[in-house]
Amino acid sequence: MKKALRKKMVFTVLAWLAAGLVFFPIFWMLLTGFKTEVEAVATPPSLFFRPTIENYVAVQQRADYFKFAWNSIVISLGSTLLALAFAVPAAYAMAFFPTKRTKDTLLWMLSTKMLPPVGVLVPIYLLFRDMGLLDTRLGLLIVYSLINLPIVVWMLFTFFIEVPREVLEAARMDGAKPRDELYYLLLPLSLPGIASTGLLSIILAWNEAFWSLNLTAANAAPLTAFIASFSSPEGLFWAKLSAASTMAIAPILVFGWMSQRQLVRGLTFGAVK
Amino acid sequence: MATVRLRNISKSFNGVEIIKGVNLDIEDREFAVIVGPSGCGKSTLLRLVAGLEEVTSGDLLIDGEKVNDLPPAKRGLAMVFQSYALYPHMSVAENMGFSLRLARVAREERGKKVREAARILQIESLLEHKPKELSGGQRQRVAIGRAIVRNPKVFLFDEPLSNLDAALRVQMRIEFMRLHDVLKATMIYVTHDQVEAMTMADKIVVLQGGVVEQVGSPLELYHHPRNLFVAGFMGSPKMNFMATTVSDASEAGATVTLPGGAALEVPLKPGHLRQGERVSLGVRPEHLGLGDDGQLRGEVRLVERLGGKTFLHIQIEDGQMFIVEADGEVPVRIHDRVGIKLSSDTCHLFKESGEAVPRALRHPLADVEHPQEEA
Repeated sequence: MKKALRKKMVFTVLAWLAAGLVFFPIFWMLLTGFKTEVEAVATPPSLFFRPTIENYVAVQQRADYFKFAWNSIVISLGSTLLALAFAVPAAYAMAFFPTKRTKDTLLWMLSTKMLPPVGVLVPIYLLFRDMGLLDTRLGLLIVYSLINLPIVVWMLFTFFIEVPREVLEAARMDGAKPRDELYYLLLPLSLPGIASTGLLSIILAWNEAFWSLNLTAANAAPLTAFIASFSSPEGLFWAKLSAASTMAIAPILVFGWMSQRQLVRGLTFGAVK
Repeated sequence: MATVRLRNISKSFNGVEIIKGVNLDIEDREFAVIVGPSGCGKSTLLRLVAGLEEVTSGDLLIDGEKVNDLPPAKRGLAMVFQSYALYPHMSVAENMGFSLRLARVAREERGKKVREAARILQIESLLEHKPKELSGGQRQRVAIGRAIVRNPKVFLFDEPLSNLDAALRVQMRIEFMRLHDVLKATMIYVTHDQVEAMTMADKIVVLQGGVVEQVGSPLELYHHPRNLFVAGFMGSPKMNFMATTVSDASEAGATVTLPGGAALEVPLKPGHLRQGERVSLGVRPEHLGLGDDGQLRGEVRLVERLGGKTFLHIQIEDGQMFIVEADGEVPVRIHDRVGIKLSSDTCHLFKESGEAVPRALRHPLADVEHPQEEA
């Protein structure tokens, strides 16, 4: 008993250390946002100081935080809804009408994530320019929904195959058409899974920093571009940068914290039987 | 009227033929049981009738109408699945009323039909519960209720009792027969349990490897199995088989020589066997007796006492094992040497091909239709 308790304590301490290590950069960034610029670059770095909100004031004066935040919200939610709209029927077809090629198709979809985005930056940029989608929320929304689509389809597929086939067959015997099966059965039964998938998609879209920097300027720039705008040619203003970063990640951090149980369930669902 | 006719029905999956040219007629209000070992294709056949699988070739007719291309819901059928397949997020009432809801039936009418079905199945108190709050037997009643509400021409049951414990199975068997009587509907029931088939069916269809081995009433299959497979499959414990040779064939039947030298004349229809032909002798455990004047002798290897009866596993002269059903009180112990008595009129002979040789006389009950009904 004592040995088991000791083992549990060791693992708990290790887990806290690991969590502390991972969280430390965020914690430091939070702290730095309340320091002056001088204190921010001081060596050795100080843990105790007089906090100030001058950085937050300066950031808000320089750039309209709420406009960037609103763009982030619209783009993340919009791209998630668009991805789900395509992914739900796709995953339904793959889960319940599989062919010899279904597994290959799924793997191929995931393999597209291995392509470095910079490889397709020029063609996408030119396409968006010609279609008038540069610096538009719609344009970025479309890109995000497409880049997250493989993961969304894959996750929905793993949830859908958990629904017993006979339940859908019983519905078919009762007169359900495919859209009835989807609406009355599949969606209610997979709602936790769809929610987890949606959450993950929102987080991925919120944090995306490559396309947001290259395809947007003044109008559609989300919070990732907001942070980047503080790394200026005059030099890095660490304290202001920290304040801006904190403002950028605060919403998604709170959101992730509130939905963590759902997220973990969704991500680990297929792993443990 | 609700007749089901299968004409040369075949089904292949990825080039492998699972159902091979099945011809079958199920008459109105008949309780037909499709029975066979695991993997014989009985569930596939049921799913073909239901419309959940597409027929590869052949015609399926319900009430004379070809339904091959009709979706399941338009065939006038209802199915009860082995796992019940209840909708987990809906209440019992919602489960039962789902088909009516899809058909846009008014709420009041829906409620009335659901309550009526619940009354027949005695599950009125469960209507607001969710499936996960119910026992296996209750869930099964809900699944049946869902089928009843559809008022189908034909009920399809896919091994509905296999997930229940033994006691509940017996109770539900009686329940099924009561339902058949009350609903007066055609029912097609699939099972691997030949006891269920024997006790419930008007007509049994024995399936093996996608082929119909024999169709007939329970007692017809029991007394006049068409081949070795049906003979061995129907009846529990299995029929005893012994390889032997025809020593004489006459108008009255065929004489075979048993291990130990005794001769047995089996009454058969003439002209089917020749002298010297190799045959299998089959006799059911319940048709064997014990006695010092028995034609076979052997040593008791195992005694299974069930209380009301006893099964003796006896190893005879040539090393084969015979199972004999004896009285519950029989004073026999392991290693006792006993004589086994065979009666010629309860013996069967099968040719080398496995085909049964027709017996001289038909059993009086073998050709009675619907033996459960009043004659």
